[in-house]
Amino acid sequence: MTLPASEPKPATRAPDLVFILKKSAISAFIALVLFSLMIGIRTEAGPTGQLIYWTRFDDLAAIVAAVFGGSIVIELLRAWWGPAGTINVVPPSLQGSLAIAGRLVAPALLIFTLLVPVIFYHQRYILDLGILVLTYVMLGWGLNVVVGLAGLLDLGYVAFYAVGAYSYALLATHFGLSFWICLPLAGILASLWGVMLGFPVLRLRGDYLAIVTLAFGEIIRLVIINWQSLTGGPNGVSSIPRPSLFGIPLTPGDDGLAARLGIEFSPTHRIVFLFYLILALALLTNWVTIRLRRLPIGRAWEALREDEVACRALGINTTTTKLTAFATGALFGGFAGAFFATRQGFISPESFTFNESALVLAIVVLGGMGSQLGVALAALTMIGGFELFRGLEQFRMLVFGLAMVLLMIWRPRGIIGHRAPTVYLKQAQAISSDLVKEGHG
Amino acid sequence: MDYFAQQLINGLVLGSIYGLIAIGYTMVYGIVGMINFAHGDIFMIGGFIALITFLILVSLGLTAVPLILLIVLLVSMAITGLYGWTVERIAYRPLRHSFRLAPMLSAIGMSFVLSNYSQVAQGARVKPVPPIITGGYTLLERNNFVVRLSNVQVVVVITTVVLLAIFTWLVARTRLGRDMRACEQDQTMAALLGVDVDRTISMTFVIGAALAAVAGMMYLLYYGLVDFYMGFVAGIKAFTAAVLGGIGSLPGAMLGGLLIGLIETMWSAYFSVEYKDVAAFSILIVVLIFLPTGLLGRPEVEKV
Repeated sequence: MTLPASEPKPATRAPDLVFILKKSAISAFIALVLFSLMIGIRTEAGPTGQLIYWTRFDDLAAIVAAVFGGSIVIELLRAWWGPAGTINVVPPSLQGSLAIAGRLVAPALLIFTLLVPVIFYHQRYILDLGILVLTYVMLGWGLNVVVGLAGLLDLGYVAFYAVGAYSYALLATHFGLSFWICLPLAGILASLWGVMLGFPVLRLRGDYLAIVTLAFGEIIRLVIINWQSLTGGPNGVSSIPRPSLFGIPLTPGDDGLAARLGIEFSPTHRIVFLFYLILALALLTNWVTIRLRRLPIGRAWEALREDEVACRALGINTTTTKLTAFATGALFGGFAGAFFATRQGFISPESFTFNESALVLAIVVLGGMGSQLGVALAALTMIGGFELFRGLEQFRMLVFGLAMVLLMIWRPRGIIGHRAPTVYLKQAQAISSDLVKEGHG
Repeated sequence: MDYFAQQLINGLVLGSIYGLIAIGYTMVYGIVGMINFAHGDIFMIGGFIALITFLILVSLGLTAVPLILLIVLLVSMAITGLYGWTVERIAYRPLRHSFRLAPMLSAIGMSFVLSNYSQVAQGARVKPVPPIITGGYTLLERNNFVVRLSNVQVVVVITTVVLLAIFTWLVARTRLGRDMRACEQDQTMAALLGVDVDRTISMTFVIGAALAAVAGMMYLLYYGLVDFYMGFVAGIKAFTAAVLGGIGSLPGAMLGGLLIGLIETMWSAYFSVEYKDVAAFSILIVVLIFLPTGLLGRPEVEKV
């Protein structure tokens, strides 16, 4: 809410029923026109290749009725909630306890995550889900450096994830390098690509930057698909080596970890190992980000996010600032990609579509752009939500898109919290309006 | 040389389709200053509506091809225009004074909604249609190579030219066009002078969507198929066209569209079909590095 707090108006006004009904009827009519052909008629290629169609007027009627009912509810809610701009203040006592709870969330979550493989040792599904969530937490934290801290909207983050994954897959399958050698290499290669992307987009801002990064992500994906001799094209790379515990393989053989420790072999060992591996990588990302934020470069990122022109006027080198942001973000994307490749054992270009970029971006935005804890919680919510809707595969992305729109309207700064600049004036300074008015820049 | 002439024709036809979509991007960017990321999906919706209308008309027993085409054109323009209006009303208008990334993210969300809505409503498989306009002319025949101009290509180019003429007249001569140009220059001042800014922006989206619907219909006629995913790539290419021509400039959008169509066709013809999209996207990046204002765009003055 950027609007100035207006006088609290009486919230319970008698809603104007005729007006609401009229508005809802118009909405329903628009819905009828919009959905008449797309929902009312279903087309499909028939057995002979000829297009056939059939009608679904019952579905159409149901949707129009839903729109009518829904807009009545929304209008009533709006009348009850009061006019836009009303700020509903949380009482100070509650604010205090919320702040304490907020401080406790992060350590509690960390301890719980550390204990997940112990608690759920026999539930492989939960362990796999945990690994997936942590992968997205790591991606979210990586992208957070670019979007949340430096304020550069990157729609092609999945490109670095792909570079990392393919770097590990190809280095390991062709040269037999181990995971622990490939991991830094994958990160370095990804961050080189980050710098390569960074150079052309240095002068661009906002929307242009978004589209160029998107195009970059697509270029990487198309090259992976078409450069069949190197990447295997759409068939992907298979039989990627599994990671080892610093040279000790997690296999049932004599030199495997289980045999050396003298315990019985179980395939779950590898899952648990992967879980702690991605947890360590994610925590590394988090730690590096937190440290960088306190360094001049981190301060410069945040300054860049707030105002690029002011940033330049203060003598900050925006070129290096942007490039390091891209390189750092890409580095973590590359790590996550290498982990993804070793976990799956098989990668193909299908895993690196724009949807993936959008999902990671949505996690960062939902998490409040810049808040580390927010991003982690958002990843948990999103991936957990996706798992809940697994049966409704078709509607998943529809709901996802709708959620993104509604989120932007309702809480554009994210649900969980917004990371304020690290340094700020403790006291608001009164500035004469002569200094801030437009047109004298 | 004959091969080149054939590719030239194909490229210009493809370019007309891109140009029609690019106008929607450039108009919206000019007025609201945002990239309407969902515009490619509006184009896809336009294609679907044209397909369904066509199917209904044929099954009703209508046989006169020009009449069918006209009805399909009008219906898909009208309904897709309403889609454009609704998208603006739901996803962009509440965000007009929000922080700068908000409309972009909302637009990405809307793009997902539209493409998945169409997948849920019409299924994921490609929808083929039998050729509606058949026949053509042989322009040149030499050494067993025939340069052909099909009737579909003629229809696509003529429709584009006619619509562009109407559109140019609309922007240059009518009250609405004047309002649009006023809002583009200064929204606050336009509002002070009695221009209904909200309505003008809405109309911009409607016109952009209607032109995208025409592009969708032309795509359907030309390639004979639609699918729910076609909006994404076509949208990026049309956006590239808008940037190449200079975003905010209407003739620029058309010029950019033609150039992108030509480049893509020539690249497929002389280099490799697989990398044609890579070529188009690389052009976007190269143009933005060396020519950030495009071919016909005005340089952007940075105000603090």
